[in-house]
Amino acid sequence: MLNFIIRRLVVIFPMVLIVVTLTWGLIRLAPGNFYTGEKRIPPAIQENIKRKYGLDKPWYVQYGRMMGSIVRGDFGTSLSYPGQSVNQILARTLPVSATLGLMAYLLALTIGLVAGTLAALKQNSRWDYASMGLAMLGISMPNFVLGPLLVLIFSLTLYWLPPARWEGFPSWSMVLPVLTLSAIYMAYIARLTRSGMLEVLRSDYVRTARAKGLRERDVILRHVMRGGIMPVVSFTGPALALLITGTVVVERIFALPGLGNYFLNANLARDEPLIIGIVAFISIVILVFNLLVDISYAFIDPRIRY
Amino acid sequence: MKDQSSRPGNEREHTEPAFTPLGTPPEPPVRSRQGDIIHTSPELAVGEGDVRSAESGAEIVAGTSLWRDAWRRLLKNKLAVFGMIVVCLILLSSLIGPYILTWVTGYSYSTIPQDAALTKAFPPFTAPNGAFSWTHPMGTDDSGRDVLARVLIGGRISMMVGLISTFVSLMIGITFGSVAGYLGGRVDNLMMRVVDVLYALPYMMIVIVLLAFFGGRSPLGQLVLLFIALGAVSWLTMARIVRGQIISLKNQEFVLAARATGVSTTKIIFRHLVPNTLGPVIVYATLTIPSVMLQEAFLSFLGLGVQAPLASWGSLSSEGIRTLAIYPWLLIFPGVTMALALFSMNFLGDGLRDALDPQTRKV
Repeated sequence: MLNFIIRRLVVIFPMVLIVVTLTWGLIRLAPGNFYTGEKRIPPAIQENIKRKYGLDKPWYVQYGRMMGSIVRGDFGTSLSYPGQSVNQILARTLPVSATLGLMAYLLALTIGLVAGTLAALKQNSRWDYASMGLAMLGISMPNFVLGPLLVLIFSLTLYWLPPARWEGFPSWSMVLPVLTLSAIYMAYIARLTRSGMLEVLRSDYVRTARAKGLRERDVILRHVMRGGIMPVVSFTGPALALLITGTVVVERIFALPGLGNYFLNANLARDEPLIIGIVAFISIVILVFNLLVDISYAFIDPRIRY
Repeated sequence: MKDQSSRPGNEREHTEPAFTPLGTPPEPPVRSRQGDIIHTSPELAVGEGDVRSAESGAEIVAGTSLWRDAWRRLLKNKLAVFGMIVVCLILLSSLIGPYILTWVTGYSYSTIPQDAALTKAFPPFTAPNGAFSWTHPMGTDDSGRDVLARVLIGGRISMMVGLISTFVSLMIGITFGSVAGYLGGRVDNLMMRVVDVLYALPYMMIVIVLLAFFGGRSPLGQLVLLFIALGAVSWLTMARIVRGQIISLKNQEFVLAARATGVSTTKIIFRHLVPNTLGPVIVYATLTIPSVMLQEAFLSFLGLGVQAPLASWGSLSSEGIRTLAIYPWLLIFPGVTMALALFSMNFLGDGLRDALDPQTRKV
C-alpha cells in the first residue's frame, strides 16, 4: 500500500511538468504576446519590459528558469494584475472556487445517492422513471442555460435570491451558483448509483447475505450500498476535472472572484505566468485527488489490494 | 465489470457496460486474396482497409439478424423512439428549415430590417404594434433579426461540430485502441499508460489556452480548430472500448485464419477486427455527440468557440445572457432547444446501448 502511494506520488511530478510544458509550448507557438495588446507601447519601453521579465533570453533559458521556479513552488508575477504574484492570486481565488465546488459536490452526492438508491430499490416504479428522467434532464441542460434561468426565476421575477456577487461562505448569494454547478453531478451520481446498485443487487454475495437471514435493511446498508457506491467513487476523478470547467462558467455567470474567472481573463489577456500557474496548480490537485480515489477503493472494497 | 473493478487504477470507466462480442461472431471474412496487393505501404493499407471494412460491415449486417434484432428492441423502448423522432425533427428542421422560413416569412438568419423602427427586440408572436403576429414565433433579437431563423442555423453549426468532432475522435480512438489491443504486451501497456496520463490532465483548460491563443483569425478557421480540439480530447474512452473489444476478439479462429493465409497486421486490424467492434463503437459515438456539443457550447459561451457571423446554440445563448433581464427569450429559445436536442440524443444513445448490448439488456 505504502509502496503504491509512493510510486504514484513520484509519477505526479513528471506529469505536471508535461502539462506545464504543453501549455507553455502552446503559448509560445502562438503569434503575439502580452505586450502586443490593445495599447501601442514604444519599442524602447518594450525592450525594457522584455529585459525585466527575461523575455530577451533564448527560449531554452526562459523555459529552464520557469521550470526551476515552478519546482521551487514559485509561479512568478502576473502580467495583467501588476504587482501581484501568481501565488497571491491563487491564495485569494482558491477559497472561492473550492467552497463553491465542495458545496456543489456535497449537495450532488447527498441528493444523487438518495435518489439513485431509491430508484434502484424500486426499479421500474414511478419514482424510478421520474428521478431518471430528471437526471437525464440534468445531464442535457447546459449549466449556462440552467444558471440564467434560475436567476430569471428566483432573482429577477420572485426577488428571493441575489443574482450575482460573492459574499463569503454562509450567505444567500451562494445558493444559485451551487445549485447551478451541482445539477449535472447530481444527475450523474444518481444514474451511477442506480446502475451500480442494480448490478450488486443481483450479485451472489447479496444472495448469500439474504440467505443467511440478514435483515433487509442490513443487507442494503452493509452490502449493497458498499458495492453500489464504487462507480460513484470512480466518478470523483473525472468529476473533479468537470467541476473545474463548470466553475469557469458558473463564476462567469454569477461574477464570482474565483480561479475559473481569473483563468479565463488570463487567457484573454495572454498573461503567461498566471495561465501556467493555474494550469500547474489544477493538475496537481487533480492528480492528488485521483490518487486519493484509488486509495479509497481499498477501504471500500475489501477485494482490492495494492 | 468484475475484472475492471480489480484494477481500479487503470479502469475508471464503470459507467460503460462491459460489451461482449456482438452475439454470434459474423462469418470469418476469409476471402481469397486475388488481386490484393500484398506489399502496400502501411498508410495505403489503412485507408484501403477502412473503406472495404465499411463495405464488408454492411454485408455482415444483411447476413445476420443481430442488427434487425437490435432495431426491434430499440423500437420497443418508448424513450429511445421519442429521442429518435425529436433528433430527426431537429436535424431536418435545421437542414431545410431556414430555406422554408425565408420563403414563408421573408426573413433569413442575418436579415436586418431596413426600417430603423424594427431594428430592436420584439417578444415572440408580437408585431411591432404589439398585436399578435405569426411572423416571428420566437421574437427578434436587438438588431431585429428573427430568432427562430437564428436558432435553426445555430442548430446546423452545433450539430456539425458534434458530428465532425465525434468523427475525428472515432478515427483517433479506433486506430489507437485497435493497435494497442491487437499488438498487446509492452506496446499495449505503454499506449494505455499514455491514455491514463491524458485522462488525468485538465484537458479543457488546455483547449481554452489553444483557442484563446490560436483562435480568432477567421470564423471558418475557428470552426476547424474546434473540430480538431474537441476531437482530440474526446477519443480516450473510445480507445479503451475498442481495445477491450479487440482483445476479446483477437484470439478467435477467423483472425488465426487470416494470419495463416498471410494477411498483413494492418489489414487484420482494420479489415477483420475493427468491423466487429462497430456495435459498441456506434453506441459510444451516439453518446459522444451530445457531450461534444455541450463542450462546444461551453466554449462558445466563453467567447472562444463559434464566431459571428456564424452562430451556434452556445453562442446564441451567450448573446442572450447579456440581455437576460430585458429580453429573456433570446436565451430561452436557443438554450431550451439545445437542452431538448441533447436530451433526446442521450435517450437515443441509452436506448441504442440497451438494444445492442446483451448484458445491460437483462437489467
